[in-house]
Amino acid sequence: MSVQEKATSGSGRIPAPRSGDGGPARPRRRRVDVLGYAGLVVAGLVMVVPMLWMLLASFKQRNEIYTIPSQWLPHALQWQNYADVFATVPFAHFLLNSVITTVAGAGLKVVLGLMCAYALVFVEFPAKRLVFLVVLAALMVPPQVTLIPNYTLIAQIGWLNSYQGIVLPGLASSLGTFLFRQHFQTLPASVLEAATLDGAGHWRRLWQFVVPLSAPTVSAVALVSVVGEWNQYLWPLLVTDRSEMMTLPVGLTLLQNNDGITNWGVLMAGTVLVMLPILLVFLFFQRRLVAGLAAGALAN
Amino acid sequence: MTTLHQVPAPRTRKLPWRSWGTFLLLAGPNVALLVVFVYKPLVQNVQYSLLHWNLGSDTATYVGLQNYVNYFTNPKTPTVLLTTLVFAVVTVGGCMALGLALARLLDRNLRGRTFVRAAVFAPYVLSGVAVGMCWLFVFDPQYGLVSGLLRAVGIGSPNWYNDPDWALAMVCVVYLWKYVGYVAIIYLAALQSVPHDILEAAQIDGASPLRTFWSIVFPLLSPTTFFLGVTVFIESNAGGSFDIIRAMTKGGPLEGTTTMVYQVYQEAFVDGSAGYASAIATLLFLALLVVTVVQMVVVERKVHYR
Repeated sequence: MSVQEKATSGSGRIPAPRSGDGGPARPRRRRVDVLGYAGLVVAGLVMVVPMLWMLLASFKQRNEIYTIPSQWLPHALQWQNYADVFATVPFAHFLLNSVITTVAGAGLKVVLGLMCAYALVFVEFPAKRLVFLVVLAALMVPPQVTLIPNYTLIAQIGWLNSYQGIVLPGLASSLGTFLFRQHFQTLPASVLEAATLDGAGHWRRLWQFVVPLSAPTVSAVALVSVVGEWNQYLWPLLVTDRSEMMTLPVGLTLLQNNDGITNWGVLMAGTVLVMLPILLVFLFFQRRLVAGLAAGALAN
Repeated sequence: MTTLHQVPAPRTRKLPWRSWGTFLLLAGPNVALLVVFVYKPLVQNVQYSLLHWNLGSDTATYVGLQNYVNYFTNPKTPTVLLTTLVFAVVTVGGCMALGLALARLLDRNLRGRTFVRAAVFAPYVLSGVAVGMCWLFVFDPQYGLVSGLLRAVGIGSPNWYNDPDWALAMVCVVYLWKYVGYVAIIYLAALQSVPHDILEAAQIDGASPLRTFWSIVFPLLSPTTFFLGVTVFIESNAGGSFDIIRAMTKGGPLEGTTTMVYQVYQEAFVDGSAGYASAIATLLFLALLVVTVVQMVVVERKVHYR
């Protein structure tokens, strides 16, 4: 049984039949499984139904949404709500801004984290321990505490409504640096010695040897950073007031009370559009993403 | 991997200044950003909290601890503190309990668990604002999903947006919905790394599944519980709740869903009292620090590391 369990628990795909159990344990196991399936169904419904409700509403005509009792299915798929999203707010701008700030923010964050972690592991420096503590302790500072001074600074240097104003204050990498450092310490010393003998400097050693050897960790941290940047809300909300500079989450709220009363169909269409890209990223890279989060959780 | 012109290997030991330079070039940018955008503002925030200063105005007057005095004598404060406390207890407690239950469920060999696992985890990666918008419609008192379901079983729906208590309950439900998947996934990863021979030994000794869980599995999970307790607590009180509250209730009705996190934003950027908001931010930071340190000290003794 243990072999089967181990074989299936990791991949989590096909449930293996539990054979070899003692006779008396069987009836109870069967009852527990009924409870298990009931639990699965309830959990699945609670998680999926609100999303489904939103998705269906985004295809409904106005009069279909505002009826009591509510109808579940739209008569026909209406794409008008999606067209209205682009017609009422500069949604294409939001999308572009989100892509730019996410790519720049997550990319630079990963690069800075890799450089810092490399220095912390492979370069000699007397105060390494202190630098590491400075990096790590920043995790304990909630963003609300730095909000007003950072806003004042960005406003003073005239970076409101700019990409650097959105991206720069959140750029320093603490969690990434920590995870990279943990991983670098497990790399075999022989590889780096060989690279050194080949005459590779620190910069080349980092990008040609250390990073390729750490590909799973790098991609996991990159994914977590992309998700974080894409969903960032409070800071972009503060530093953008021109709608062409807003990111998707900030711009979405512009759809909310456009004409005094909420137009649910259009708002839900906008919400679907904000969720869709990151949901696709999630579906493609689920395992990597979980690995990144679990690494953070289990690394200590 | 040979190059045509051999670059001499860096002689780190003989030239300390050189390795220092390398270190500063590599770690410097990251550390500099942390100093400029985290540590300096942390200090500045305390300085601001001693000022009477409106955001956007050039004049600020030093008022000492007046902002703190004002905070604790403000009649709104007990409401906000209670809301913050209720929100923290419900969301952290709920996330931990439901997350562990879900992880146990998803750890079993059940058909369809892969789908449910994805469904449970998906909201965690979604924008809090988008989640808030989605649920705003779900809770719409007239045309929403919840009121429709309640009507179907013959109960009237409360007006979730207008009653402070219901509004707080609503925001808690949405927060749980979004964040429970994270806790479940991390617990699931930990459950799957519990050594199987221990469980088998317990089974042979005749321990019931429940007994096995509480006496063996749960203690083995304690480092994970500890980590999650700290991170979920910080997340719920330091930003995670802002997106949902701003999208759904904007802190209302009547401060009914104003937590300290939301209050900092509200006071500084809506009402303009930057000095007062800085004082709240400082208090929030101190409270988080104290709770986290207490968590660490108290729990450290009970955590079983493998």
